[in-house]
Amino acid sequence: MRGGSQAKWVVAAVAVALAATACSSGGSTGGSSSDGAAVNAQGVFSYQSGEPQRPLQPANAMENQGGRIVKQLFQGLVDYDPATGALRNQVADKIETTDAKNYTVTLKSGWTFHDGTPVTAQSFVKSWNWSANTKNNQINSDWFSDIVGYDAVHPEKGDPTADSMSGLKVIDDTHFTIELSNPVSYFTYKLGYSAFYPLPEGFFADPAGYGQKPIGNGPYKFVSWEHNKAITLAAFDKYAGTNKAKNGGVVFRNYTSGEAAYKDLMSDTLDVLDQVDSTDLPKYKDDLGKRAVDQPQGAIQNISFALYNADWSAPEKAKVRQGLSMAIDRDTITKTVLNGTRQPADAFVAPGVMGFKAGSCGDACKYDPAKAKQLIAEGNGVPGNKITILYNSDGGHKEWVDAVCNSIRQATGVECLGDPKPDFKTSRDLVTKRQVPSMMRTGWVQDYPLNANFLRDVYGTGAAANDAGYSSPEFDKLSKEADAATSVEKTTELYQQAEAVLAKDMPAIPLWYYKTSSGWSNNVQNVKFDSFGNPVYTDVEVKKK
Amino acid sequence: MGRFVARRLLQMIPVFLGTTALIFYMVHALPGDPVAAMWGDKAPDPVQLAALRHQMGFDKPLVQQYLDYMGNLLTGDFGTTLAGRPVLDVITEALPVTVRLALLAFTIEIVLGVSIGLFAGLRRGKAFDKGTLVMTLLLISIPVPVLGFIFQTIFADNLKWVTPTVQDSNDITQLMLPAIVLGSLSLAYVARLTRTSIAENIKADYVRTAVAKGLPRRKVIGTHLLRNSMIPVVTFLGTDLGALMGGAIVTEGIFNVKGVGNALFHAINLKEGSTVSGFVAFLVLVYLAAGLIVDLLYAVLDPRIRYA
Repeated sequence: MRGGSQAKWVVAAVAVALAATACSSGGSTGGSSSDGAAVNAQGVFSYQSGEPQRPLQPANAMENQGGRIVKQLFQGLVDYDPATGALRNQVADKIETTDAKNYTVTLKSGWTFHDGTPVTAQSFVKSWNWSANTKNNQINSDWFSDIVGYDAVHPEKGDPTADSMSGLKVIDDTHFTIELSNPVSYFTYKLGYSAFYPLPEGFFADPAGYGQKPIGNGPYKFVSWEHNKAITLAAFDKYAGTNKAKNGGVVFRNYTSGEAAYKDLMSDTLDVLDQVDSTDLPKYKDDLGKRAVDQPQGAIQNISFALYNADWSAPEKAKVRQGLSMAIDRDTITKTVLNGTRQPADAFVAPGVMGFKAGSCGDACKYDPAKAKQLIAEGNGVPGNKITILYNSDGGHKEWVDAVCNSIRQATGVECLGDPKPDFKTSRDLVTKRQVPSMMRTGWVQDYPLNANFLRDVYGTGAAANDAGYSSPEFDKLSKEADAATSVEKTTELYQQAEAVLAKDMPAIPLWYYKTSSGWSNNVQNVKFDSFGNPVYTDVEVKKK
Repeated sequence: MGRFVARRLLQMIPVFLGTTALIFYMVHALPGDPVAAMWGDKAPDPVQLAALRHQMGFDKPLVQQYLDYMGNLLTGDFGTTLAGRPVLDVITEALPVTVRLALLAFTIEIVLGVSIGLFAGLRRGKAFDKGTLVMTLLLISIPVPVLGFIFQTIFADNLKWVTPTVQDSNDITQLMLPAIVLGSLSLAYVARLTRTSIAENIKADYVRTAVAKGLPRRKVIGTHLLRNSMIPVVTFLGTDLGALMGGAIVTEGIFNVKGVGNALFHAINLKEGSTVSGFVAFLVLVYLAAGLIVDLLYAVLDPRIRYA
């Protein structure tokens, strides 16, 4: 999905996990150690949060506030290991396929919902059918579009003609099959997304009521939702998954301002911070010491070219695009203007994602003013010797857009100007109508930690997020092969080859990766963060008082 | 008197209709589609977007939406938020918190402000008066966030008497700190208004008469001087109560108080027309009622003022 601020989901991978361990292990000063202190297994900790914008239903949780809670209340067929990013089975015993198109799912027995009813094949199939149906107004209903029969429950026009997707068939309580309209080799990766969670039978009689008092099958059960104040979850003692809670529960406490939350963290009134506010960013590492978190997230910020404009589409302009990329001093900008909250990008995929290949952007993402000038000259110069970067001014982008432009101007002499639009919707309208004069701000936050998500969904011909209008037969051929591959490893490898095509064509300039800047109080230990900036709630240990 | 009140109450109806219509239109005129915003930065699925807009009635013309809203309002239905909650629930949650906070701040500024102003006015030119002028000037010049952070640092971080923010917005003892911050600016104004008014009226003929006819000093000050000096102060307090109810947004943010200011800010950000209109409709009523009470108080304070 595009841009900065929405859904943070899935859990991390190697690089991220290493960073997290580095932050959370060792150290013994001032009780900030992650090991050693006696642990109260019943202890409850608090987390900085906000009011969910939608009811707590699996396919309705797109933004952070509701999403992170739904993720604790439910568990899907699979999830991602927070330490390695690898896919691991939860409710699924195994998911088998031979052609990446037809999947057979076998469930483990012994899983129950919080109300005591068993989790069966029916719980998944009914949940997906319900969520995909246009009538039920679920924000993430289009996540089921791979499945055969999606058109019937979610038609382009008019009312749904069926209640269920023909591609889903229940065999018995522990088996069901999924048929996709096209091969998607990493479909199992998608199954970790919250839209694919199961729902208990009682839900379908009263979806609105269950949206307020959800009953799931996850490591935590719902206790209370005091609107605009707090949402309280308690550990579910009959949880059958591998990530059983090591604490007694979580209170998601509503904060309106980041400063207030930071004050509370400093006085140990709040236990885990979501994100350090901009006022406290310059000093939070000094304040918190070993309790400070600073690690990359699975999200990238780019600026893309309007390749549909005739003056940018000539083949030699690839050199100009590379040259412009080399004119941007990413290191300095992230350190100064962005206060160290971003990490310079050296690939089109974010680190911590399966298939991430460091440095895949090559020299084109390194600052080299002399080479930049030379490449631009070789490509017959920038059209009109001027570029503008379109962005929405309601997202805090002005500072870095200006800095990027300054960098380009100084290094190459090309005139560069920011082109602010009042809000996201206005800039989005121009982007989708393909009326961007030369460049635009784009970005991507991972839906699941796989490089395909950063590549096919952004650069594939006709992809919904392909704002540049990029179309490369070579890239498309490789991604098509990748999707039809039989193993995820093979898929990621083919996508890496596709990524190399991007480095050559440069339809977008990768700028930097987002980072998690957070911290925790003296009351808790073993706090680790995943690549979406959410803590691994189940692993947090509350110290004995 | 009765007719005056009745007329004023009747005047509230067109004011109420006008403000709600205006606010409804203004929220609508804000840029951005609130339904599309549910997808965050992601491009919404057009089919689902259309279905949601239809469900929420956003596909109807604005006038129709407003008429529907007002129609429902007559039956006590304030509409629902984008998250599907009744707006009335949101209002009844935030309102008691804000009422408590506002009344607390209001009490502080009346009690402290009037007494400080009174003493300063009586001892005009003395040390206490000069001290008051300097202190109130200081309070007026310090921005609320700065004052809030100073208080948080002193009382929470250093003395550890309280937590930096309010943990339970319904606990009145926890609301003390934000109430002091919230009331301090108005306190300064009230003290200065009272001081000036007292200092001026103390030279008035009726005060000299009261002293001359041998009334005890307490009575001269309490019944004659203070009462007559209260008119400008009451005028200020009347508008201030409304401001405290709706405009405590900065203080609420610093201390994480879940009151009207916060709820309103959140609703404006999400472009929730129904919630914003609901709150504003209510705040308009508060303003109108406060204005009416102030007008009635004039008559109580100054017997020369009569309403027919």
